This record gives sequence, structure tokens and C-alpha cells, in this order.
Amino acid sequence: MSDKPEPSFEQLYRELEETIGRLEAGELALEESLSLFERASQLAEQCNALLDRAELRVQQVIAGPDGNLEAQQFAD
Amino acid sequence: MTADVHSISEITAYIKARFDEDSQLSDIWLRGEVSNFKLHSSGHCYLTLKDATSSIKAVIWRTAAARMTLPRDGDAVITHGYISVYEPQGAYQFYIDRLDRAGTGLLWEAYERLRLQLAAEGLFDEARKRPLPPMPARLGVVTSPTGAALRDILRTLRQRFPLVEVVLVAAQVQGEAAAPGIVAAIELLNRWSREREPLDAIILARGGGSIEDLWPFNDERVARAIAGSETPIITGVGHETDFTIADFTADVRAPTPTGAATLAVPDVRELRAAVNALAIDAGARIGDRLAMARAAQQVVVRRLGRASPAARLAGDRQRVDDLEHRAQLAAHNRLAALRERLSGQTLRLGALDPSQVLARGYAIVTTIPAAAVVNSVTVVSPGDAVRVRVADGAFDARVSGET
Repeated sequence: MSDKPEPSFEQLYRELEETIGRLEAGELALEESLSLFERASQLAEQCNALLDRAELRVQQVIAGPDGNLEAQQFAD
Repeated sequence: MTADVHSISEITAYIKARFDEDSQLSDIWLRGEVSNFKLHSSGHCYLTLKDATSSIKAVIWRTAAARMTLPRDGDAVITHGYISVYEPQGAYQFYIDRLDRAGTGLLWEAYERLRLQLAAEGLFDEARKRPLPPMPARLGVVTSPTGAALRDILRTLRQRFPLVEVVLVAAQVQGEAAAPGIVAAIELLNRWSREREPLDAIILARGGGSIEDLWPFNDERVARAIAGSETPIITGVGHETDFTIADFTADVRAPTPTGAATLAVPDVRELRAAVNALAIDAGARIGDRLAMARAAQQVVVRRLGRASPAARLAGDRQRVDDLEHRAQLAAHNRLAALRERLSGQTLRLGALDPSQVLARGYAIVTTIPAAAVVNSVTVVSPGDAVRVRVADGAFDARVSGET
């Protein structure tokens, strides 16, 4: 669908923290608070979903004969 | 005088306490020659360590003995442990937790020389040590691809933080070729980090072994490669009690390979708890905010009720009561139901909007120029100018008399 790279857990987690921070700071119009809350719920869901389906990726790197870096999946 | 007479137990306990509180005696390296070595059927070992003029009795407990190659009489050894008193015999003894065999004396001299030299150069300074990122995306690993260390590291990362990516560079971790191999691996990973994908940290690891096995980690070239690495390095070499030069130079020293993986990443279970705590926080904030909005709306509703001539109509009184009742109900909403109700809340707030009441034909009358809401016949007199606000605007009027 989109060619944007999926945001990392860390990015999502940071944004979640920032969103809560803005909610906590108060002084927001109700509508803005509601949309921040929606966003926070969405971010929390995305964070949990990333944790649910995470699978450790291991690749092994060697220097090829021409000095180039070569990587391959490592099966342990 | 009798007050100064002590029992043997008392004086022995006193002497033992003097030994045990001495920090030198509780953590000490001794070199000497083994004699009278006996392996008891209990698994504990008893021996004497001696040099040309002195000797000391020594014990190796079964658990410590299991981790070392046991010496024979005549062996020159370097040992580590603590000295305390064996009370039944009134004898002080050396309790050995680590023993390195003959020939390692020279190794240790070299070790000590290098350690002092690098320390003097500042390679071990705390100020040089870089913090690890709390949530790494990508970790380099330098170790043997077939060793237990790698298995331990990958298992720990899978358990704690499978979101991380691992970039492995295989290196031989013992023998002559090990030190240059480790140096090349560290350089390769730094190149990967520069040219391909940035690495947050590198784990340099090796499982437990004899002092000779761990020796590559006491190599000056390895120490300098660690110090020169652009990516922070975590060492996890050998066992808890092994301190190598690489450990001193690393940004973070972990006691074992498993420990290194544990220090490198956060625990997913803690993160889940943190995410959920943040989500609950958000719920509480929005709950507060809705309660505030509700309170503000109620004020408007009350003012509107007072201001509108229609308020005098029984039907409308009923309607205002109903609105207030609904607002109170809303105030009792629990957080758990909050999200499902958000869209409903927005509609309800719309119903409370004074402009929608005006749209149904009601008007707000205010005095001129004070702009006080006319909520009673006592507020105005015949001849006063008033402003009448209706749905699409306002017009001025004059009070002609009481009805």
C-alpha cells in the first residue's frame, strides 16, 4: 500500500510518550484532547502489535574476497 | 580480674572477626607451590601452599573445585580467594575460589603490566564509557558461531526483546588467531554500521574456559580495537569471576554472554507494562478533560435556562432537567467504556450547544450596554434598550411595558 517504512517500536513508543505528555500538560481544546487520546490508543495498540509479532532476525556478515560487505541470514 | 577471662570460643570468634573484616584478606591473590594436595570423598580439596620460607593451609570447596583443573603436588599456581579462621582448629586458612596452573605466572605478569599501562593511558576511564541506547534497533555480535555464548545471547534476546536485529560476525575466540580475528570483526561491524545500517551496540562474548582460553581477551590489540570502536561495546567473557583487559576497556562489562544480552536490551514484559500504563494514563487524562467540558456545558445550560423566556414553559424546564440528568450520567462513565463512548460524547455535547437551542426558535435577551442576561422582569424597565440574540444574528429592541 504505502512505501513508507513501518515506524519502529521506538518511534511509536516515543510518540506515545509525547502524546500523553501533551494530554497531561492540559490547556487543550476538547476536540484536540479527544484526537490526542485517539492517537494514544492507536499508538498503544500498534506498540503491542509489534511486540506480538516480533521475531528475532539474525544475519551474518563477512567481508567478501573483493572487500565488499556480504550478509546472509543466519540459522541457529 | 575474672572479668578479663574469656572462653576459647569467644577469643576465636574475635580473631575470626578480625580476619573477616580485613578487606585485603577477603579478596586476595596468592602465588605458591602446591603440597599435600588431597581430594576428599566429599569433593572438597585440602592442600598447603608454600614458598621457600612460609606455608598456608588452603581449602577448595567442592563447587569451586568443579570449575577448575585440580592441581597436583609441586605445581606452581596463582590462586584467588579469602583468608579466614577455621574455628574448631584455631587455624587460619586460605579458601580458594580460583586457581590457575603452572606457567600462568608469566601470563599474569604480562596481564598486570598491560593493565597498568592502558590504565595510565586512560583507556579504562569512566568518562570514556558511552551509555547504551535504551531501546536498540540493531546489535552487532562478535563471537564463535558455534559456541554456547552465541546460543545464550540469541536465546536471551528472543526472550527479552525480539524486535532487535542481530548482525553477527563470526570470530575464533581462542588460540593464536583469536586476537587478530576479534579485532577484524570489531572493525567489520563498525564498517557495517557506517556503510549499511547503524548499530546501537556490539556484544563481544565468549563462554567460560581456562585462563589460557580467555587470553585473547587480554590482548593489547583487542583492547585498542575496543577503545577505538565507534559503536559502544559490551563484553560478556567467561564467568562472573573473570576480569579481562577487554572488560576494563569495554563501555559496559557484563559477567557472562547471557548478562551482556540482558544489559543490551529492555525486557518486553516491562515495555508492555509501560505501554499499558501510558494508555491508562491517556484514559485518565481524557476522562478529566471530558468532566471539565461537561461542567462548563452545565454552566451554559443553567444560564441558558435562566435567560430564555422559554424556561418558564414547563416542557422546556423538563428538557433542561433531562440534559442535566444526562450530563450527570455521563460523569459516572468508567474509563473502561470511554473509547466506545467518545463519538456519543461528541454528539451529546453538540446537543448542549446554545446555538442549537436558538435554532429551535429561542432567543437570548441582554441589556444594553451592560450585556446582562435578562432572566427576570426585574432586570428591565419600560423604555430600556435590549439586545435580542436569535439563531442567525441579533437585533436591538425597546421594552414597551410589563405584560
